[in-house]
Amino acid sequence: MTGYEGADLAIALINVVLLGLLFVIGIAIARMRSLFAIVMLSGIYSLISATWFVAVDAVDVAFTEAAVGAGISTALLLGAMLLTSRTAKPEKKAMSLVPLLVVIATGAMLVYATIDLPAFGDPESPANTYVGTDYIERTPEDIGVPNLVTAVLASYRGFDTLGETGVVFAAALAVILLLGFGERSLASSVGSRRGREK
Amino acid sequence: MIGAAAIALIVAIALMMIRALSGPTLYDRVLAMNSLGTKIVLFIGVLGFVLGRPDFLDVSVLYALINFVSTIAILKFFRYRSFQVPLMRRTPARRPAEGGEGD
Repeated sequence: MTGYEGADLAIALINVVLLGLLFVIGIAIARMRSLFAIVMLSGIYSLISATWFVAVDAVDVAFTEAAVGAGISTALLLGAMLLTSRTAKPEKKAMSLVPLLVVIATGAMLVYATIDLPAFGDPESPANTYVGTDYIERTPEDIGVPNLVTAVLASYRGFDTLGETGVVFAAALAVILLLGFGERSLASSVGSRRGREK
Repeated sequence: MIGAAAIALIVAIALMMIRALSGPTLYDRVLAMNSLGTKIVLFIGVLGFVLGRPDFLDVSVLYALINFVSTIAILKFFRYRSFQVPLMRRTPARRPAEGGEGD
């Protein structure tokens, strides 16, 4: 899957650069106090991590990250910021030590867990031996879709995906019914504000 | 050649990030985020050719759409302090409140 010779080196460089950018943004988010800047930076973080997912060939995950992380959650965080203040309170030194320790411990455990993982592209790994090969063999005859992920999500697991869609639709409907949407909620909120002013 | 383009885009992304990190006003940050999204779109397009998979161009077009919509959403939020205001003004009687008037 390489375009020209030296593409492996290029991918390694891209990984290092993108992860370095993510690291810088993470440190900046942790140190900033302006909530608006933090929201913007988290959107940028999502965009860059989505790019990194594309670089490691997980296009579907990357698209979800871009749509949810950079699109929806930026809007949601801005809406939440409307209800709170614009800057975070400065915190004490001792209070910031505990989260640091928790993060370091979690990171150490995750690194320890990756030692057990099979090597990337290992033909003997569980993902490449049992049912995976079966799906790869059967999908062209069964479904006739070139993309295996699409075949699994939309056909082999079709009822599961249908149920998920129903759940998400019900949740969105409930939120819209509770919060109001569009013209009606605008009219009521503007009306109540004007009423209070008078 | 593609490598040079990718490096130039990485440098541009780093510059945009510096502006987003240090931007004194809100609009600097919004503009930096929008411009960084554009650079990301271009970078994914270049990446498709580096990896030998030009179908990444579809992904980058979708990213461009998301970037545009989220920029509009953020700017609308700053203009009206709410997402519930329609962008078109229909009747003058129900004109939305000016930004920052009541808040």
